[in-house]
Amino acid sequence: MSDVIDRPMLDQEITAATRLKIIDCDIHPSIHAHSDLNEFLPKRWQQHLKEYGSHLRTPYIGTTPYPRSSPLIARRDAWPPTGGVPGSDLDFMRKQHLDPFDVEFGILQVLDLFIFSQQNLEFGAAIQRAINDWQLAFWAHRDPRLKASILVGQDGSDLGLAEIDRCAKTGEYIQINVSPRANEPLGRRRYWPIYERAQELDLPLGIHVGGYGGHAPTGGGWPSYYCEEHQSNAHTVASNLTSLVLEGVPERFPKLKIVFIEGGFGWIPATMWRMDQHFERFRSEVPHLKRKPSEYVKQHFWFTTQPIDEPDEAKHLRQLIEWVGIDRLLFSSDYPHWDYDDARFAFKTPLTDAERRKIFNSNARAVYKF
Amino acid sequence: MARHIVARISEIPAGCNKVFGLEGRDIVVFHVNGEFFALLNRCPHEGAPLEKAACVARLTSPEPGIYQRDRVGEMLRCPWHGWEFDMRNGQSWFDPKRFRIRSYPVAVESGAELQKGPYVAETFPVHIEDNYVIVEV
Repeated sequence: MSDVIDRPMLDQEITAATRLKIIDCDIHPSIHAHSDLNEFLPKRWQQHLKEYGSHLRTPYIGTTPYPRSSPLIARRDAWPPTGGVPGSDLDFMRKQHLDPFDVEFGILQVLDLFIFSQQNLEFGAAIQRAINDWQLAFWAHRDPRLKASILVGQDGSDLGLAEIDRCAKTGEYIQINVSPRANEPLGRRRYWPIYERAQELDLPLGIHVGGYGGHAPTGGGWPSYYCEEHQSNAHTVASNLTSLVLEGVPERFPKLKIVFIEGGFGWIPATMWRMDQHFERFRSEVPHLKRKPSEYVKQHFWFTTQPIDEPDEAKHLRQLIEWVGIDRLLFSSDYPHWDYDDARFAFKTPLTDAERRKIFNSNARAVYKF
Repeated sequence: MARHIVARISEIPAGCNKVFGLEGRDIVVFHVNGEFFALLNRCPHEGAPLEKAACVARLTSPEPGIYQRDRVGEMLRCPWHGWEFDMRNGQSWFDPKRFRIRSYPVAVESGAELQKGPYVAETFPVHIEDNYVIVEV
């Protein structure tokens, strides 16, 4: 990336992505209208949604995540010509993203209605049920490339377990999604029943950035700027990775697979190095850990690539990938959001064909058993 | 460089843009405050289509709390990652030495001038008195 780039697109760049058959681990579908959920949402909760809306643990009245850098945090070219919001029109998604990039599988990540952050846990569970059903009816059943996740709010874990069981029976969901901004760090025991069930069902746990657990997203408090808040996505994921590893989740559930989504990966090497260093010094405090923290990371955790880091020198991205481990990385685009990564240009460093195949396809194929 | 007559000025209203396929590449022509700018329709970062970019003002700040807007509509904000470019020369606003969009010279000439010169506006014979946008590629 150190050269001035002003050339037109070359033919081989256009076709390179096509040859890959991409598995995109982060695609955001949106609800076209709240009424689309009516067939899946009991009247009682439809009425609640209309009368009370969302009740979130945010510090300032009226704050919502939208708009941030651009309306609905979306690409300006992703508004469907037929109307509706970005991500709400399957045909347009096919035309703009799934077809040109030859997406073999796309994993849906629903953020609508602040699904993980509802403080009324029963309302949250009802919305989660409705959206889990809507994902199949409106997306996965209409395009076999698209795969649904079981969304559960982990702070009502009995409701979450019931929802996991209900959805898992269909055999159609490929992971269980929980929030990285719950009421407590993710390694805490109160969330273990969900991890236990995920292991029993052999479904990976997907953790997508975002949400409102009521805590400031940075250790230093509430940020002033979106620029600052966006930076905190990586910190939140790093602190949850630390919590999961050090509180012994992979030790306790050795077959559990955990995927961090949209947290990027630049922060991972230093987090592993520091955890290992501390483990050497303080291992008597955490005797339940049988191995170095980095070994758990390299065996139980995967990370989607977006938003990719862009160091000044291409070779530094290459080193970063090697430090994280090429087997740990799963390509994701974040379509249709503004910080979308284009599969053709996002990796501004040389990768061999074998390496590209791993990141763009076969790692995800193994984790999700496609 | 070859000169291409791409449109009558009335076909690109102020504040709008239009994309033309010229010599195998898509070139987007913007009409801003009576001037025309032609740029490759592709962000040098990840390839986003610049026809969907926001045309914004230049925003500067000598210190926190004080903001100034100028050159309204002349800065291009990429539709994906928000990288800003100067429409006059394609240079990026945040790192002008390293990133720029390829830009092309644009001229506006009257039909009568075109009739006289070597570049005859053959496709618009009945509107020869109009003004035309010409891009050099």
